[in-house]
Amino acid sequence: MHIFANPTRFLSIARPLTPWLFWGGVALVAVALVQGLFFAPEDYLQGDLVRNMYVHVPAAWLGMAGWSGILVASIMQLVWRHPLAGIAARAIAAPGALFTALCLLTGSIWGRPAWGTWWVWDGRLTSMLILLFLYFGFMALASASDERASISRIAAIFGVVGAINIPIIRYSVVWWNSLHQAPSISLAGSTIDGSMLWPLFGSALGFTLIFAAIVLMRMRGIIADIRIEARLRRMAEA
Amino acid sequence: MKAKHQRLTLAILAVIAVIGAGFLALYGLRDNAALFRTPSEIAAAPVPVGQAFRLGGMVADGSIEHLPDGVTIRFLVEDETASLPVLYSGITPDLFQENSGVVAEGALNAGGIFVAETILAKHDENYMPPELAERNLGGEASQ
Repeated sequence: MHIFANPTRFLSIARPLTPWLFWGGVALVAVALVQGLFFAPEDYLQGDLVRNMYVHVPAAWLGMAGWSGILVASIMQLVWRHPLAGIAARAIAAPGALFTALCLLTGSIWGRPAWGTWWVWDGRLTSMLILLFLYFGFMALASASDERASISRIAAIFGVVGAINIPIIRYSVVWWNSLHQAPSISLAGSTIDGSMLWPLFGSALGFTLIFAAIVLMRMRGIIADIRIEARLRRMAEA
Repeated sequence: MKAKHQRLTLAILAVIAVIGAGFLALYGLRDNAALFRTPSEIAAAPVPVGQAFRLGGMVADGSIEHLPDGVTIRFLVEDETASLPVLYSGITPDLFQENSGVVAEGALNAGGIFVAETILAKHDENYMPPELAERNLGGEASQ
């Protein structure tokens, strides 16, 4: 990981990688969504409602994966003071919050016809809403300090403590009885039929590539901002 | 430097307090975080008449009957060991059907019948096309 300790070396890899990740992700999402929305079979109980999962499940996965990324970056900031850790954590927060909100929104739209309610305070829905608020809190904490190149110790600690919510989200439907269904995909296999599972995997992978591209773009933007500020300061002193 | 150490100590104490509070909340919510109670839990710990709670379980096979008034339905909510009759007047969600999960909000009346004000359908983790469901489930669950 310390290969990337030099931002210039990081940029030399991130710059050419970004368009591949982004356009590869867009292409994969397009194919998977056309397949999922038009060609995959309808569900025996839900009918066409099932097609919501091709957006809802990747959004939920990325909302949780985003905070896992913040956790790793926060630990790298606290323990090794890695120069890119704070930048990465800042870059992840906004798209993570966006996908978490998308997950809550699509879930609510699905819940009205399927369950008969827009919202219910069960373990899964509530812990996912808390994740969205944690993202807002992290963004506020990270932008509270003037230091742009890293996040404050408080923000990093918040990133670590907030991660306690991730296993709660995952196991909320197993530990507590809830309205949300139990997980369909586990290490033991899947209770989603193959004809629906492959578009779901394609969509999840595609959105993940887009997410990674957004994070790299935001990291490059933050690094550029820092350099501009440093140059302006030097010019002012000269 | 001294102020910095003070802030650090405060931050660490705060983190310990937050984690402690989190675990206490988790422990306290073990029973209360459940969205609903099952018929066997009601049988083991009866709920007073008129007290609102959520009842969850499976809609028993062949138990949905439409009452003569045209808007009220009566059905049995069951789990592995117990069952409870439910009365409900209104429109049910799309996924409400026999052999499928349900969460009902309401209260017990004097006759031991659960009078529901709201019916929520609980979906399970199985997703499959209709042809496959007909083969797997013998056609009973397909609409």
